[in-house]
Amino acid sequence: MITSRTAALAAVVAATAFGTCASQASEQVNVYTYRETKLVQPLFDAFSKDTGITVNVISASSGLEQRIKTEGANSPADVLLTVDLGRIDDAVQAGVTQPIKSEVIEKNVPAQYRDPDGHWAGISMRARVIYASKERVKQDAITYEELADPKWKGKICIRSGQHIYNNGLFAAYITKHGEAKAEEWLRGVKANLAQKPSGGDREQARDVAAGKCDIGIGNTYYWALMMNGDPDKKPWAEATKVILPTFAGGGTHVNLSGVLLAKHAPNKANAVKLIDWLAGEQAQTIYADTNYEYPVRTGIAVNPTIAGYGKLNADPMPIAKIAANRKAASTLVDKVGFDN
Amino acid sequence: MKLSRIELIVIVIAAATALLVAAPVIGIAILALKPEPELWQHLLSYVLPQALRDTAFLLIGVGIVALVIGAGTAWLISAFDFPGRALLIWLLPLPLAIPTYLAAYVYVDLFEPLGLVHRALMVTMSSSDAMAMLPALRSMPGAIFVIGLVLYPYVYLSARAMFQHRSADVAEAAKVLGAGRWTTFRRISLPMARPALAVGLALVSLETLNDIGASEYLGVRTLTVSVFTTWLNRGSLAGAAQLSLLMMAIVSILIAIERFGRRESSFEFSAENPRLALHTRLRGWRGWLAFVACLLPTLLGFAVPLLYLLHQSIRRGLLASDTTVWRDAGHTVALAATATAIALLLGLVVVVAQRWRASRVTDLSFAIAQIGYALPGLVLALGLLTPVLFIDNGLNTLAQWLGAPLPGLVMIGSGAAAVIAYVIRFLAVPTGFIKAGYERIPRDYDDSVRAAGAPAMTGLRKIHLPLLQPALLGAVIVVFVDCLKELPATLLLRPLNVETLATSIYQYASRGSFEEGALAALLIVAASIGPVIWLTRFADIPKGPA
Repeated sequence: MITSRTAALAAVVAATAFGTCASQASEQVNVYTYRETKLVQPLFDAFSKDTGITVNVISASSGLEQRIKTEGANSPADVLLTVDLGRIDDAVQAGVTQPIKSEVIEKNVPAQYRDPDGHWAGISMRARVIYASKERVKQDAITYEELADPKWKGKICIRSGQHIYNNGLFAAYITKHGEAKAEEWLRGVKANLAQKPSGGDREQARDVAAGKCDIGIGNTYYWALMMNGDPDKKPWAEATKVILPTFAGGGTHVNLSGVLLAKHAPNKANAVKLIDWLAGEQAQTIYADTNYEYPVRTGIAVNPTIAGYGKLNADPMPIAKIAANRKAASTLVDKVGFDN
Repeated sequence: MKLSRIELIVIVIAAATALLVAAPVIGIAILALKPEPELWQHLLSYVLPQALRDTAFLLIGVGIVALVIGAGTAWLISAFDFPGRALLIWLLPLPLAIPTYLAAYVYVDLFEPLGLVHRALMVTMSSSDAMAMLPALRSMPGAIFVIGLVLYPYVYLSARAMFQHRSADVAEAAKVLGAGRWTTFRRISLPMARPALAVGLALVSLETLNDIGASEYLGVRTLTVSVFTTWLNRGSLAGAAQLSLLMMAIVSILIAIERFGRRESSFEFSAENPRLALHTRLRGWRGWLAFVACLLPTLLGFAVPLLYLLHQSIRRGLLASDTTVWRDAGHTVALAATATAIALLLGLVVVVAQRWRASRVTDLSFAIAQIGYALPGLVLALGLLTPVLFIDNGLNTLAQWLGAPLPGLVMIGSGAAAVIAYVIRFLAVPTGFIKAGYERIPRDYDDSVRAAGAPAMTGLRKIHLPLLQPALLGAVIVVFVDCLKELPATLLLRPLNVETLATSIYQYASRGSFEEGALAALLIVAASIGPVIWLTRFADIPKGPA
């Protein structure tokens, strides 16, 4: 037993050392991803089973476009998967992508969720929503604008204003109302905070459940994961209800996870196959069911927990415009001392 | 005096090591070249005042916690014998195996409202009364407490190596002169251990400075956090690079001030009788007090996170379901062991070169060898991309020119880039530990070796290395465990399809369910315990005069 494990370990170590040789085999596609491997692996396994193409993966939290850029023409990167409109924008700005040119994508992904120049396509969506105390919050509808209303004084919990999820939301607010109004709004929200921003999205639900605040701000899938995935966290979700907020006279702020084709993709044909496949029915259903995200493709059912939030009315503002305001949003957060 | 061949080789390797460490700094400097006047105006008015304040508070707070716990326990263990000492000797370094961000998650989960402690208190009181008793962990004091508890072993390990070799003569002379234990500690042991304490404290500060996960989660906005928001949100990689260089300059100045402060103190121990002092036996309540004082940090810094992780692993059935974790553990140990061996060797060479032939070249090499630790891991990785891929792409161009098949990106594709990042980042540990060890070895020894006409290598092997053993062992533990835990550079520089234990934990944590990574975290701890036990036992055998 011990010897076989030792042998296996030695084999693994050797395989790591000669990883470059191993990737010579048959059909390949190399994916650089900001999505966690554990999350996307089931998708890639299904893709490999369908097509016989092996998927090689590296996941990181930041800097992948910088790596692809520095790797240059010899980069093994074929596909870049990202989780945020900001990251999508960063990759395009870094000049490491090329247009996807796929009829399948054009057919399956609504125009709002893909780049007019074809450099990226959205694959799934999440909305930035309110976790409200079931006990203390009576209303079932809310606007983002309302978060600055003094009636919420000392009642709002949120993570760092510099976190990409909030950065995206604040950038959307700027896109909607302009910088001056956004600054006023952000000062109002800051004045309503129950505590200094900290923790992740889950902690905001926990703080609401514990009575530290009445509303927390978080992404749609975190709540579903607490409700369905983790007995310890279920009480946090159960003490709250999810309200899909909207901009006054608009819709809910959604953020995209997207896919891009690397500029020097050595396995371009396979890369496009993978991209098409990700917008296909099977992949979209996996996104909806195991990741609790909204599929971009129409006609795919959302998960029942997510459906329980009510019908999503996504705000129609173009993602590219929001991305252009990210820096301004970050600057505002500093200016109003949101995180202090 | 003419250089012997071996001396020349050592000096050349030392200089090459300095070049290696300088490579990512040059990479960062290249990224920093674009002027960003507007950004700096913004940073100066809104970001830096608060970031500098938070950073200063955090560093001072964590420094005090680590110094008190680390030096205190190291002194108790080295000078006294008391109940449980044999066990505590190897328990005390173990919090090192708990990554700071993991400690933060565990403590928040346990102590925040609705957590285990809250529920336990509610047995005897109302929910709101219980909530009022809970500490506010997501705060500056919370961050100082949590980070200090897992980082004190850096001070402990470096201090212990010194306290252990404190000269018996000096201690006995103090005793004869009527000094009590406390006076001996304050006036003799502590000043003699100052170089070692400075090294330990520098490591604690730099680890704290490198941390992003725990600080951000606990709501503390350090300079490092600003570097990342500047890059990712304020959209300026150049600005982030400039901030990193500024941070590095501050760190270098602080280290230089400390060196300058003790330029005239030198505590080489008696050449006649370099034996270890015997442990004084503490009896009765004193012994138990010492036991509790050493046990408490290990309970809080190690046992609590360990039990939490064990509980989560069992409850979630991870042993059966997390099948890839064993493969990840193999990757982790292979990368960490390789990097540790290289770092130890290069660190020794750098210090030995300076000892043998103090010159501008060797002094500079020594100074540069330390700076890798002053860069946050991800910044180092970003800086390293340019030189590593310059070589990788150069090889491909060369192959193309020769008409040979293209090798691909060999260094980044094989894990070599990650190993290089570890070596650069952690080289400060062996150089610091070994240098502090050398400061206790009198020059007389070197002169005797020379006078006897023995080659320098013989002196190193027969005299220096045996005396350096505690410092070397301490360095091995720290570097190896640091490599096991390393996250940001590993994330960016590892090859395709390779996960380490740390990156695997990260995959779960970024999804908001770090508990799913409990088994991987346990394996980091398990991989650390082996060397810690082996090396601390090895180091505790008292050595008499040669």
